[in-house]
Amino acid sequence: MSAHKNDAVTHMSMNLAEKILAHAARRDSVRPGEIVSCHVDLAMMHDSSGPRRIAPKLEELGVDVWDPGKIVIITDHFVGETDTHSIQIQELTRQWASRRTLGGYHEAQGICHVVLPERGHLRPGMFVVGGDSHSTTGGAFGCFMTGIGATDMAGVLATGTIWMRVPETLRVRVNGVLGPGVAAKDIILFLCRSIGINGAGYMAAEYTGSGVDAMTMDERMVLANMAVELGAKCGIVAADDTTRDWLAAAGVSVDDMDRWQSDDDAAVAREITIDAAGLAPQVAAPHSPENSAAVDVHAGTAIDQAYIGACTGAKLDDLHMVARVVDGKRVADGVRFFVAPASVRITRQAEEDGTLAKLRAAGASILESRCGACIGLGAARLGAGEVGISSSSRNFQGRMGDSASSTYLSSPYTVAASAIAGCIADPREYL
Amino acid sequence: VSASGRAWVYGDDINTDLLAPAAHLKGSMEILARHCLEDLDKDFASSVHEGDVFVAGNNLGIGSSREQAPQALQILGIRALLAKSYGRIFYRNALNLGLTTLVCPHSDRIHMGDELRVDAAAGKVHNLTTGETLTCEPLPGHLLEMMSDGGLIPHLKKKLNAR
Repeated sequence: MSAHKNDAVTHMSMNLAEKILAHAARRDSVRPGEIVSCHVDLAMMHDSSGPRRIAPKLEELGVDVWDPGKIVIITDHFVGETDTHSIQIQELTRQWASRRTLGGYHEAQGICHVVLPERGHLRPGMFVVGGDSHSTTGGAFGCFMTGIGATDMAGVLATGTIWMRVPETLRVRVNGVLGPGVAAKDIILFLCRSIGINGAGYMAAEYTGSGVDAMTMDERMVLANMAVELGAKCGIVAADDTTRDWLAAAGVSVDDMDRWQSDDDAAVAREITIDAAGLAPQVAAPHSPENSAAVDVHAGTAIDQAYIGACTGAKLDDLHMVARVVDGKRVADGVRFFVAPASVRITRQAEEDGTLAKLRAAGASILESRCGACIGLGAARLGAGEVGISSSSRNFQGRMGDSASSTYLSSPYTVAASAIAGCIADPREYL
Repeated sequence: VSASGRAWVYGDDINTDLLAPAAHLKGSMEILARHCLEDLDKDFASSVHEGDVFVAGNNLGIGSSREQAPQALQILGIRALLAKSYGRIFYRNALNLGLTTLVCPHSDRIHMGDELRVDAAAGKVHNLTTGETLTCEPLPGHLLEMMSDGGLIPHLKKKLNAR
């Protein structure tokens, strides 16, 4: 698979993921399969996997954090919950954060994967770890960002380093432009079916091609976010002018973008090509994202609830998709329609540009910005025997409510069309 | 020998929501562990014994980064995991907790209730019920060392003290 030889080449072709890991390992180059010790540029935690889990481990080690300025905490899991456990977790997290001069502490401002870039913490070329599996989202900004568990995080906080096996690269080339009513979510659900739920296990999924070039940052974030559903270590999109402009608006200036690109002749383990123009809206049936099929396979399935939310499917672009479908229409009788914008800032933007007014007029209830129903919490939790359709990323049994509930996954367009129809529906008929 | 006990055998795609249901994540680990796998096998948590071995097919532990998933198995007494493949974060989490975690390409030759002896260093699983010995993929040296130290924290403690 590898074309590299031990001859005297001064320049070794590398994929973007390899370049970032080589830099993090303070090496000139790395090869897939090597195990390297990487210096962490940024460590992100939330309230569930953060201080309440790592503080006792740091105590056991007898050390404090290696560099508080490289740690960001964003609370999103149990915020807004009123039980004793949740309140104690918020207090513990707040106190731990207040005793250190952290790079950032964002309490109840929205879901960590969306708030992190929004507040200017990411830039191309960074090696970032997050205490949550959907940390792959950060790869949309040309970073290598991966999810780790609490003990690994404690190790990072104590030493500033972590071992990584350099991943092979799966190149996903998206050619052409998506049709009306079709979104990045449909691409990733299609991929979950084509290569399977762990089909990119241990790999870096790099998205490229004219279809990705044409995407907004919000859409690229969906591809990176659900790379973990393919089993990937990271999902990555090399930075371009779209990235630079988005980051500039977040207060981050980028001047080394050219350095963080895959070499044209770098070897990849596998390449998949997707024809964007020919892709239909996709719907993943219970209880796995890989149970996806074109929307017509499931069209007509009755639903009790439609949910727009989570780090995957409630950014400003997602809310705009919903507004385009529901504007001037009403949610079907007997269907609950919930919208939980991914961040407080997005909620404000959608309020100011009139999007939320359109959603409310259609019968949507606007919820707080937190993980909410995607982790089975809050008003949109599904009851026994109920069927929901959701713009989030996982529909494992019991995840979004009772173990006897069922969740279908789709794009925001399809969730919105289904809310109006009262059953799973093709959004292209509602635009 | 890393583990010696009965096999609990399940199939593919045992995800972290099944192992550590989100509804119980806020409270104590002991209570969470009682709900481990309840949506798949309601008797599992109450029937596991110290030293037992958890056996699965492909993609064990896919999903969330929640370390409570392997930790719940460990609290119940599970001392080794055998699967054809793992969700990568779960794999790291399990090893970080000092749980013997081996890639076992022929895990489907093990049946529910078989008596197993797992030797992590040798990468062998002895099935005392069938008389068969299964070979697992060898663990990279640094992981075997970390696992032998009891997980990442004891391993780091040793290294920090040695400075």
